[in-house]
Amino acid sequence: MLEILQERKLQVFEKGTDDYAIECGKASTAGSVSQRACVFCGSRVVLYPIADALHLIHGPIGCAAYTWDIRGSLSSGAELHRLSFSTDIHENEVIYGGETKLYSALNELIERYKPAAAFVYCTCIIGLIGDDIDAVCSRVQREKGIQVIPVHSEGFKGTKKDGYRAACDALFRLLGKDNETPVSPYAINIMGEFNLAGETWIIKDYYRRMGVEIATCFTGDGRVAEIGRAHRAKLNVVQCSGSMTYLAKMMEEKYDIPFIRVSYFGIEDMSKALYDVAEYFRNDKIMKQTQDLVRNEVSTLLPRLADYRRDLEGRKAAIYVGGSFKAFSLVKALRHLGMETVVVGSQTGSQEDYDYLKEITQQGTIICDDSNPLELSRFILEKGADLLIGGVKERPIAYKMGIGFCDHNHERKIALAGFEGMLNFAREVHATVMSPVWKFSPARIKNKKYLQQNTE
Amino acid sequence: MITAGNKLTETTSFVSTRNACKLCSPLGACIVMRGMEGCIPLIHGSQGCSTYIRRYGISHFREPIDIASSNFVEATAIFGGKENLFHALDNVTKQYQPLAIGITSTCLSETIGENVPMYLHEYQINRTKLPVLFYASTPSYRGTHIDGYHEAVYAAVETITKKNIVPKKTKRINLISGFVSSADLRELHEILISYQIPYTLLPDYSESLDGGAWEDYQKLPQGGTTIDDIAAMPEASGTIYLSTSVNSSRNAALFLRDYFGVPATNINLPVGIENTDIFFETLNHITGQKTPVVWEKHRSRLIDAYFDGHKYCSGKRAILYGDADFVVAMKLFLEEIGVVPVLAADGAEMDFATILETSAGLNPDFVIGNSKGVYLSRQLGIPLVRCGFPIHDRIGGHRILHLGYRGTLNLFERICNTLMEAKQNAAPSGWTYI
Repeated sequence: MLEILQERKLQVFEKGTDDYAIECGKASTAGSVSQRACVFCGSRVVLYPIADALHLIHGPIGCAAYTWDIRGSLSSGAELHRLSFSTDIHENEVIYGGETKLYSALNELIERYKPAAAFVYCTCIIGLIGDDIDAVCSRVQREKGIQVIPVHSEGFKGTKKDGYRAACDALFRLLGKDNETPVSPYAINIMGEFNLAGETWIIKDYYRRMGVEIATCFTGDGRVAEIGRAHRAKLNVVQCSGSMTYLAKMMEEKYDIPFIRVSYFGIEDMSKALYDVAEYFRNDKIMKQTQDLVRNEVSTLLPRLADYRRDLEGRKAAIYVGGSFKAFSLVKALRHLGMETVVVGSQTGSQEDYDYLKEITQQGTIICDDSNPLELSRFILEKGADLLIGGVKERPIAYKMGIGFCDHNHERKIALAGFEGMLNFAREVHATVMSPVWKFSPARIKNKKYLQQNTE
Repeated sequence: MITAGNKLTETTSFVSTRNACKLCSPLGACIVMRGMEGCIPLIHGSQGCSTYIRRYGISHFREPIDIASSNFVEATAIFGGKENLFHALDNVTKQYQPLAIGITSTCLSETIGENVPMYLHEYQINRTKLPVLFYASTPSYRGTHIDGYHEAVYAAVETITKKNIVPKKTKRINLISGFVSSADLRELHEILISYQIPYTLLPDYSESLDGGAWEDYQKLPQGGTTIDDIAAMPEASGTIYLSTSVNSSRNAALFLRDYFGVPATNINLPVGIENTDIFFETLNHITGQKTPVVWEKHRSRLIDAYFDGHKYCSGKRAILYGDADFVVAMKLFLEEIGVVPVLAADGAEMDFATILETSAGLNPDFVIGNSKGVYLSRQLGIPLVRCGFPIHDRIGGHRILHLGYRGTLNLFERICNTLMEAKQNAAPSGWTYI
C-alpha cells in the first residue's frame, strides 16, 4: 500500500477517522506528481474565452503550444481566442532581452487581426530576464489605440490561484470604459462562467426569462466592449469563486457592486443561483418568473432523471477537480442520481471549502488537497469507487482501474451547467458507469473475487 | 519549406509564431524517458511544465504519464533549485521506487544557470541503492520537442554505457528510433526479432505508453528499454538511428561509434518502399543476413496495393507538415505513390498560420499530418489524413502504424480511402462502387 508523503499527510483526511484541519493553499511538494498547473495556466484559462482579444504569450513556444484551443469555450462571433500566439523566444532573446521581439510581435498581430484589446502573458523566463513588459505594452497601447494589458503570470511565482489573481488584475483594467450604453436597473454580471459547451448561453437564458439582464459575463463568450460596461451592473454573481472572488472584491470596493457566490451545477445549487438573484432585486415580477422557471425546469427534469437513478442507485463516486466549489455541487448532484461520494479533492481548495466538504460528505469519505495519481488510484481502490469525475489528466487513472469517468474540466464538449446540464450529467455518468465493458476489467474481477472471499 | 506547383501567395513573414507546429523540448525528453523500463521523468522547473506535458501526452496516448516536478517557487528561482531537486529525487524514489530517473531542465532552470550534473554528482555521494540518474539539458527556448527527444536518448546512452569500459563485441544490433507511435515500435520489434539476434531498441514505449488493462495500479506502467539493454549497446556490431535531422554533436549513434567503435548509420524513418528498403538493407549489412521472407511478402503485398490504389491518389496535391524526420520520410513516400506534396513544412520553421496562408494558391486536395491540422483542413475545406504526433481528436492515435512495409500500406490505404470518401460524399449519387 502506498505511503502518503510525510509533507502531505495533513492534506489527506478521512472523515470519521481523522480529526484535524486539512492543510491547503501551499506550494506542491517537490517530487509529488501534482495535478496542478502553474500561475500562467491560471491566468490563461480565465482570460482565454475573451474572443475578440489578442492573447499573446511571451515566452518559449511550449506555454503557447500546450494551451492552443485548450478550453471548449464557445463564442457567438469572433474566434480570435482560438488561435495561439507566441513570441517564441530563443536563446538570443534570453541573452539580449525579448522586448524588441515582443514589440514587433504585438505590432504585426494587432495590424493583422485587429483585436479589441491585447493581453500579453509573461511566462517563467520573462520574469527572469527582466523584460519591461509594462513599458512595451503601454507604448503599443499608445501607438495602436487599443488597450494592451500585461498579465504577470510567471509560472513559478506561486500557484494557479496567483494566476487567477493576475487575470483579475488584467480584467479590472478593462472596466469602466463604457458609460454610455444603456444598462438595465436589473443588470448583473456573471463571473467565473467560461461558456464551455455553451453553458453561458444556457445560464443567460435563465436570467433573461426571469427578467434580469446580463451586463457582462466574465469571461464566457466574452467581449472587450462588454467588459467595459460591467461596472454599471447592480450585482456580481460569482460562479467559479476560486478564480473570480478577487475581481468581485475589487469591484465591490471601487464600484460599490455587491457580490454573491453561486454554482450552476446540480438542481439545488442551480435553483439557488436564480433565487438569490431574484431575492436581491426584491421585485415581485422577477420573483414570480423565477418561481415559474424553476418549477417548470425541475418538474421536467426530475422524471427524466429517475430512469438514470434507478440504474445508478448505490454506486460510488470519486471527485477530483480544480476548484472545490464545483466539488460541493457535484456531491449534491450525485445524490440525485443515488450516488454517494467516497473520495473528494481539489487542486486549490481553501480551509473553509474543506470544512464544508467534511460537513456534506458521509462517514469514511476521503477529502484531499493537491493530490497525485498514486494517491488517487489508492483511494479509488480502497473506497471501491465506480466513477471518477475529473479532467483529462485523471482519466487514465479511472480507465486503468476499470471504472467510469466523467470529464468535468476545460475540455468537456457537453454542457453540464443548468438544469439541462444536470440531465446531460446524468446521461454522461450513466453512459460510463453502466457500460458493459467494465466486466472485462482485471482490476474489477480481482476486486469482486476479493469481496466474495471476504463475505464467504 | 519545400513548395512546388502553383505560385505562392504573398505572405508576410511574422516574427511571432501563430499556431505552432512544434512543441517544447522537455516534452520529447519525457517521452523517451517513459520509453525506458521503470524510468520516471523529473522536470527541473515550474509545476506547470510537468502538468502541461502530461496532459498533452495523455490526450494522445490515453495512458497514465506520470512526470514529477522539482516545483520551483519564487525563492527557488532566486536562490537556486538544488534543495528542491534533492527533495524531489527523495520523494520520487520513495513513492515510485523507479529503476531510473531522467531529469530534464526547462527554460527556467537553464536561465538561472542551474548546474544539474554537479547537483546529481553531489546527490549520489553518501547515498546508496539509488536508481540510475541521468540528465538531459532541454531548455525550451532552444530547438523543439524533437531535439529534446534526441537529447534524452543521448543522455541515457552516455550515462548508462559509460560503465561498460571494455565492452566485449557480440552479434548485437542497436536501433534508435525517432519520435514514432507505439505501434511503430512494436513493428520495429517484430522486424528485429525476425533477424534472431539480440538487440536494443531505444526508446521503447510500445508497452509503457500502450499497455493493457490492469489488475493492480502500476506506479510506472510496465515495458520500456531495460537499463541492461542500454548498457549493452557498446557491444553491438552496428547502430541504426532512424533520424537524419539529429544534431551530430548530440547523436547517440555517433557517441557509440566514437567511444566504443560501434559503426553508426543514420537513415530516414522507414516510410515508403524506398525508405524501408534502405532500412532492411542496413539491417542486412549489419547482421550479414538476408531480409527475412515474411517482410518480402509484405513488400510484395504493398506493391500490389499501390497498383490497386494508384489512380485514387495519382496527381493529388498534399499539404504535409510535422517534424523534420517525419516530413522528409513522408515526402518521399508521397512522391512514390504519385501524390504531389505541394507544401512540405518543417514545424520547426513554419507555423500553421503560415502554412494556411501559403496553401491558399496551391490548390491542395488533402492535408496530411497530426491532428492539429484540423485547423487547416477546415479552413481549406479539404480532408485531413491523420498521422504522426499528436492525435488529440481520435481514438488510437498512438496505434497508427507508419513504419515498414505494413506501416506504409496502412498510410497508403488511409490516403486512398480518405480521397475516396471525399469523392463519395461529394457525389450526388453517392456511388456504391468507387
